[in-house]
Formats: sequence, structure tokens, C-alpha cells
Amino acid sequence: MFNKARKIKEKYIQDEMWPSIFCVGCGVGNVLNYTLRAVDEKRIDIDKVVFVSGIGCSSRLPGYIDADGLHTTHGRAIAFATGVKAADPDLHVIIFTGDGDAAGIGGNHLIHAARRNIDMTVICINNFNYGMTGGQVSPTTPTGGFTTTSPYGNIEIPFDLCELAMGAGATYVARWTVGYPYETIQAVKRGLDNKGFSFIEIITPCPTGYGKRNEIGEGKEYWEWCKKNTILKSKYEALPAKERRKEKRIVMGEFRNRKREEFVEELWKLTKA
Amino acid sequence: MRHKYDEKKIRRVIGEKVQFVQGDASAVYGALLAGCSFFAGYPITPASETAELMSKLLPKAGGVYIQMEDEIASMGAIIGASWAGAKTMTTTSGPGFSLMQENIGYACMTETPCVVIDVQRSGPSTGQPTEGSQGDMMQARWGTHGDHEIIALSPNSVQETLDLTIEAFNLSEKYRTPVILLTDGEIGHLREKCVMPEKGEFEIIDRKGPTVGRDKYVPFQADESLVPSMARFGDGYHVYVTGLTHVEKGYPSTSSAEDHDRLVRRLVDKIEKNRKSITMVEKDYQKGSKIAILAYGASARPSAAAVRKLRRKRKKVDFLRLITIWPFPNEEVRELADRVDRIYVPEMNLGQLVHPIREAAEGRAKIIQVPRIGGPLHTPKEIMDAMRKKA
Ligand SMILES: Cc1ncc(C[n+]2csc(CCOP(=O)(O)OP(=O)(O)O)c2C)c(N)n1
Ligand code: SF4
Repeated sequence: MFNKARKIKEKYIQDEMWPSIFCVGCGVGNVLNYTLRAVDEKRIDIDKVVFVSGIGCSSRLPGYIDADGLHTTHGRAIAFATGVKAADPDLHVIIFTGDGDAAGIGGNHLIHAARRNIDMTVICINNFNYGMTGGQVSPTTPTGGFTTTSPYGNIEIPFDLCELAMGAGATYVARWTVGYPYETIQAVKRGLDNKGFSFIEIITPCPTGYGKRNEIGEGKEYWEWCKKNTILKSKYEALPAKERRKEKRIVMGEFRNRKREEFVEELWKLTKA
Repeated sequence: MRHKYDEKKIRRVIGEKVQFVQGDASAVYGALLAGCSFFAGYPITPASETAELMSKLLPKAGGVYIQMEDEIASMGAIIGASWAGAKTMTTTSGPGFSLMQENIGYACMTETPCVVIDVQRSGPSTGQPTEGSQGDMMQARWGTHGDHEIIALSPNSVQETLDLTIEAFNLSEKYRTPVILLTDGEIGHLREKCVMPEKGEFEIIDRKGPTVGRDKYVPFQADESLVPSMARFGDGYHVYVTGLTHVEKGYPSTSSAEDHDRLVRRLVDKIEKNRKSITMVEKDYQKGSKIAILAYGASARPSAAAVRKLRRKRKKVDFLRLITIWPFPNEEVRELADRVDRIYVPEMNLGQLVHPIREAAEGRAKIIQVPRIGGPLHTPKEIMDAMRKKA
């Protein structure tokens, strides 16, 4: 694993941008590592990949990669990426986005891109809060969760991002935590394989924001917390119906992998006709 | 799969050389002739006709049309497509133009060529959707936050809508900046004769690409033109594009006053220093005039009629029409203010361009507003009456 990480760093990382802006114990960097490993294992020509992002800690990732990158406005990564992909279908589009970026301000673009089944891979780094702006409540903050703008505990019901993506029509959907590197890499690879809209949610530690206010701790403790609060889809499905209904943990795994007409392909059929 | 400019195909798609069409249609023709290959938009009166015609013609011309989920997305998509190498456009009206502002600023900051046509309607808010206005002149200038310079043009006819749409593409490619075409409900829905220019009758400017290899290329480094060369996504140049303040290599630099100053001043200067060559006006001066009418866009039509009527009555009057709105034609306005005592400014708003006009005139002439809102154009008589009431 260590050697592989070094190889990935040499091959894909933009040295001049180092050190990163990420806090100690932040999981965003792990997501970058897993994504680049998936790209590497798929042997995709990096010259033909465009990394697109919105605004947030997670959205800073494209800046650390030696490849084309488009760091857009808050919530709009998918909209910009739609233009990139539609104008040049030969490009592979990978999006890094946060929970606030993707499902708060950018929720409309998310559901429409899923509906269109446009060929792109969205990697949504869910840390349950707005990390970059100091840890405010987000559309995925668990009910009761403490943030700088939910000082009495969150009274809202969070989104299940994967359900949202599936309801809107995404054709590849999976959720993992940073504690499952191989599964995450596998999911990104399948997302890249899918000719359509792929949505991969990765539950990621944010010790400075969500961690601090909910006494989760740092480093190892946070990864443990992620494990404790999630359950594998296979295990969840094996539970008796009654227990399933009571289950509070977040279900992890691959939820969908199916085929459907892809938007840009259909679009260019009109152009070539 | 990349778009190629195919003039024959485009002419076939446009059809007859001489047509009787709306301004919204001639804008589409202009875009196609200029080489637009990507359009993203969202329906809104009185601009919807541009999107409808684009959806019909653009695929046939070898391009791509998308109706996005809103105007924020439309603006984002045309910026993304521009980095993928396309010449791109969106069209909208007031409410949608308001939504586009954040991403217009992003296009300024990242030096992304793209064209936005705002077929202005009467606001604020939803206002009078089917009524024309000139209510977004200042929004075009200052709608997005932060220091920046913008290019905006305003046509007064169907033919000029076509010509200026081509010009808008050329300026956006040349200066790597968003260009706004400010038409309005009157011109957009007006039907007039429109002649497609022949090859050689108009210029097509393409952004300059990198002239050095990948390892020597510095994406935001400019030569004396102040405009950097633009690499296209997918060509291996590995460009990082960000709306954060960035250094020439493209990397963010968010707490250096020096880096910010250098970048933003260059973005302003690349337009400001070319004000002369960007400025287009129509001048019709008479020796010995003491009064003048200064107008633009739709309101320049009744203004020109008022000038003709006054001259028929042997009154001397100067006429200046602004075609370039931003950067503001300061020198031309000052020159007029030096010639006459009073300048009348009919605008379809309660006073927008009258402010930079006053600033440019520097007190050399009295500037008198002739405002009108609510839809209908000024009548020539209304303008002449205002001139009689010696303010
Ligand atoms: C239009 C706009 N509104 C607000 C902001 C401020 N802002 C920057 S990042 C951010 C939230 C980021 O949260 P998330 O997407 O969850 O990413 P994280 O930082 O947690 O990775 C906000 C609200 C902005 N940049 N632009
Ligand atoms: S605030 Fe949270 S998400 Fe942002 S860098 Fe720090 S730990 Fe990571």
C-alpha cells in the first residue's frame, strides 16, 4: 500500500501545490489517493481526464492533480462539467464535491445530471458539515448533530444522498467510508466503467468541523466512528424486517449498477444525423 | 469528436441570404456564422426564440444544444464547454441575467471566452415579461461582484444584432473574456430585413492557443497583449482553472495583495487599454449644433427620427449612438460635450447610462435625461417635447 501510494504521488500529484490545505486527520486526501489509484488501475490516459469541482475543502482536490482541472463556483461543478463533456465527449469527467456543494446549493444540478444519465463520475465527500466555512449544518448532518449553526442539535432530517441519486436516475450508485479503501477504489473503477451518471458517496472524517463538535475525536477514533455508524448492505439485508426498520446505521455498499441511454451519446446522434 | 467550422453547412442551415426575421433569429444566425458550436440556455420571454431556433439549427450545423435546468447551470455549461474548445453562447432576459452574474464573474476571472445575450425586459423582478426595456445596462457592468472590466454591445436593428453577435464572439475570443450583447424585447421581437454577410465581409477571430510545448507552457502568463494563450482541455497541457486569485501557473494565491493586484489589474487593463479599438459609435454631427441627442439600442430609433424631424425644421442637432456600451466610450462622449451645450439622453429606464455620460462630459455640457419605462418606445415627439422644455 505504501509503495503504491508513492507511485501514485509521483505519477499524478502536482508537487508545486504541496503541502495541502487539509487539516491533520482530514479524510479528503485519502479520497484523492483512492480515486487516483482507480484511474491508474483503469489505465485511463490522464491527458483525457478533466477533474471538476465546486467550492469547499473537498473541492480543492483537482488543484493537487497534474491534469486538467476546473475549480468552479459553489455547487455548480456538475453544470460546468456538463458543458465540458457535451462539447468534447472524448474527455473523462471526474467530479469532486462536498455534501453541501452537491446536495445543498448544487442539488438541482445533481438531480438533473442523474436524470439525463450524463457520463461522469461524481465523488461526493460527505463529512456531514460545511468544512471550509467553519463547520455549519449541511443537508446531510444527522438529526441531533451539533454544528456551528445547529448549536441545539440539528432539527432537520438529512438527505440519503444515494437514495436521492437513484431516485433521480443515476445508473451507478455506491457508498463507502474512507475506512474501506479497496471497496472505494473498486467503486470508482466501476463508476468510471459505467457509461452514464455514477454517484459515489464517501463518508469522510472532518475532525476540525464535525468531529470536534460531536466529540468524535481525531485520526483512528474518527475512522472507528465511521465504521461503528455504518453497516454493510449485505448485513443490513440479512436482518429481519423489524430490525431493519429500527436500524440507525448508514448502509454501505453498491446500490445500483445498470445500463440506460447516455445523454451525450444521444446528443451527438442529433449532431451527426 | 470535436466540432469543425464548416461554412457551407452553416449557410445551408441558415437558408436564404436575405431574410425577413426577428432580432432573436438574427442573433442565432450571427452566432452560427461566428462559429458557435455550443449553446446552453433556459427559456425566458423575450429571449426564448433564440433557444428554440438554436435547438433546431445548431445540431444541423455540427454543434450541441442543451436546455439546462436553470440560468446558473447554463452559464456554467458554456464556460465548461469553452474550456473544452467550443465557442459558446447563452441567451436570457433580466431574471435569468441576474442568476448568471456569479458565473459571469467566474468567466472574467478565469479568462473564459463566451457570449451572453440579454434580451432585456422590463423589471425589476418578473416585471413586464413581454415589454422591452434598457434596465440591465448597469447590471451588465457591475452585476457580478468585485473589480472587473466587461465588454458589452447594444444593437439598434435586426441586422445589427447579427453583426454585433459576430463581433461579440470575436471580442470574447480575442480578449478571452465574456462579452454581453444587450438587446431588448423591442429589437428581439422586431421583424426586419436581414442580409447574411458573405465570406470576406466579416472576420472570424479564434482564441490563440499555446505556442510552446507542454513543459514550457504557463497558462496565465501573458505577453504584451495582456491576453494569455489558452490551452484546451484534453490536449495534455494540464491546466488548472480556478476562480480563486491565482498566479500565472494557475495555482491559487489567496492572501497575497501583490498577486491579486497583478492579476486583477491585468484583467482590467487588457480591456481598458484597448478601449479605442473596442469602441464602436455612430456619429452624425452638424456644424454649429448647440444641442445633441445621445442614445443606444432600441431608443436610438425614435431618437434618430427626432433628429431627422428637427433637421427638417432646420434645427441644428448632433446625434451620437453608442454601439459599444462597456468599456464606456468616454472620449466620444467628451468630444460631443465639447461641441454642444445640451445633450439629451432618451433611455428606456429611469436613468442608467446618463451617469457615465455625465461623468465623461465633466460638466462641459448639460446632460438631460429623457426617461421612459413600461414598455413602449419613446415617440420622436416625446423626445422633441422634452427638448423644447429647456431644462
Ligand atoms: C455562492 C456561495 N455561497 C457560499 C459560499 C461559501 N462556502 C464556501 S465552501 C462552503 C461549504 C462547503 O461545504 P461542503 O460542500 O460540504 O464541502 P467541505 O468544505 O465540507 O468539503 C460554503 C458555504 C460560496 N463560496 N459561494
Ligand atoms: S475543515 Fe474538515 S474537511 Fe476541511 S480540511 Fe479540515 S478536516 Fe478536512
